[in-house]
Formats: sequence, structure tokens, C-alpha cells
Amino acid sequence: MISTDTDILRAAEEWARAGRGVAVATVVETWGSAPRPVGSHLVIDGEGNFLGSVSGGCVEGAVVSEATDVIADGKPRMLEFGVADETAWQVGLSCGGRIKVYVEPVRAGTLEARG
Amino acid sequence: MDLSLLAALNAERQARRATILVTEMASGAQRLVRQSEIDADPLAAQLDKQLRMGKSGMVEAEGTSFFLTVQAPHPRIVVTGAVHISQAMAPMAKALDLDLVIIDPRSAFATPERFPGVTLLPEWPDEAISRIGLDGYTAFVALTHDPKIDDPGLVSALRSNCFYVGALGSRKTHGKRLERLVAAGFDEAATARIHAPIGLDIGAVSPAEIALAILAEIVSTLRGPRRKPA
Repeated sequence: MISTDTDILRAAEEWARAGRGVAVATVVETWGSAPRPVGSHLVIDGEGNFLGSVSGGCVEGAVVSEATDVIADGKPRMLEFGVADETAWQVGLSCGGRIKVYVEPVRAGTLEARG
Repeated sequence: MDLSLLAALNAERQARRATILVTEMASGAQRLVRQSEIDADPLAAQLDKQLRMGKSGMVEAEGTSFFLTVQAPHPRIVVTGAVHISQAMAPMAKALDLDLVIIDPRSAFATPERFPGVTLLPEWPDEAISRIGLDGYTAFVALTHDPKIDDPGLVSALRSNCFYVGALGSRKTHGKRLERLVAAGFDEAATARIHAPIGLDIGAVSPAEIALAILAEIVSTLRGPRRKPA
């Protein structure tokens, strides 16, 4: 069972070392009743495989789809989901909260500069 | 995030050292701050506060937003006694995502058949603990009823900054234990750290209920509002 952030970030490292395109999504802010705490991670590869959770299932689909773009162009993005947002309602954050998710690529080119 | 940074973050976590990843939101610039480096960091006060809470979070400094990914070591329970209660505790600890290490020099007790998937150390506690170490993210639990095994573990735990120390036994048993620990040089403040009778008072009777009471007390100490920073 992969349940901890330790396992998730280790998977991100393994995927990146294996040459897969990888993005890390992190819950950076929450308001109201958010299902996953700040700091929760979702790790996504270029094929749309993912591990972890940022919302207990409500917005993972949308985050995974944005992550594919992040992997493709290498630019981080800030995503916001909440009931006030029509799009977010469509993807189903029905629990009434609002969350901000930062999605960033894992850049593999600098491994030798370890530190 | 650079792969090198991610690798360093994972390595620090593996070594059970607290670490914070600082991300400047506007630029995406990132740096890793190890516990020993916090004091020298420009965001020292904010880093210290978040680490004490054990929580990731957004902070503001000089008009700039920074996200702090706080990586506190994974909570771990070190138990002396490969006994009924620890057998019951193993699957519960796993469900709670708490790492479990069981120490018992009696190799007939510490068998993989009795403890599938659990880290078992069939050694004397002082030897095992001197190797694995105890830290502020570790709970120590003595369950054997045998002073020869429990006492060396308790001595190591009281010398460490374990966030929880508990010992099984009746009040009478614990009274004798306190006498031995005092004779070994521990004062009242030190021995008062031991939770005994062990576990939340839920009227536990069976080994599984006692395991539940102990785990509940550990979680309460770890997450409760009175928690002292490690």
C-alpha cells in the first residue's frame, strides 16, 4: 500500500530516474472543509499514471490533466478548485471546500549537482 | 523541482532528519533547509514555527509568498516484547501508518511466523536500540513484563527524547520498576515521562483492546494540542 508522502516522493524520484516525465502536485492552501491537508502530494507521469492524493478523489482528474501540460512545457502552474468556481464544481469538489494546488515538473538534468 | 533536490529530500527523510523545502511561489525558486541550517536561514522564524507544528504551509515574508514543505521524520513505535499485545498491535499500527519495530531477545517469541511483515530484532534492547537509535519522532513501549528485557529499553528511552514512553504492568509492578530506575540514577522528572498504567483508560481487557488503548495514547501524544515540539 502506497499511502505516505515518503512513498509518493520516492516514487517520483524513481520515475524521474527511469527517464519518465514527472510532475509533483502539492496542496498549498485550503479553505473550509478540504479533504486533504496542506502539503499532500500527488505524483503524475507523462502517461497520466498517478500516486497519492490531493483531494480524496474530487479533483484528481483535473490535476492529472493539467500535470500532463506541466510535464510537456516544463512550467509550474497554480490550480485553484472550489465550489465558487463553475469548472471546479464540474470536476466535483462537492465537499464545500476550496483548495490551491501547485503543480511543478521534476527536472532531471541537474542530478550531478546533488545537495 | 530539480531531481537532485527531490533526491536530497528523500535521502534526508530516509535518515530520519527533519527537512524543509522552501518554494518561492512567484519565481518557483526552491531550496532545501536541513534542521541544522534553520537558524542561519533568512526565514528562520517561519521555518522554526512550521517545523514545530510539523505542518507544511504558506508563509509571507517581505511581501513574497513562500510555500514550506515540512518533512518531519515518519513516526515510529519501538516495542520490547514479541508478545500477544504486540501481535495485535502490528496490523493496527500498519493501518495507522505508524512504523513498528519489535525487539525481543527470546527468539522463540520473535519469529516471522508470529509477526508477518513486521521489523523484528531478536536481540537485547540496549544492543538493538544503540544501533537503530531513538529520536523525538519515536514512541517506546515496554511490553514483556520481564525487567531483564524491559528495563534496558526503558533506560535507553528515558535517555532519549522519545515523544512517548509507556510500560505495561500493574501499579505494583510499576512501583518496583520506578525503584529500579531511581536506583539506576533517574530522577522523578525522568520517570514521570513513563505512561503507566499504559494506554488510554478505555477498560481494555483483551490483547487487541490493550493494543488499541496504547496506540490511541500514542496518537493522542503525537497529534494532541499539548504536544511539545520534538
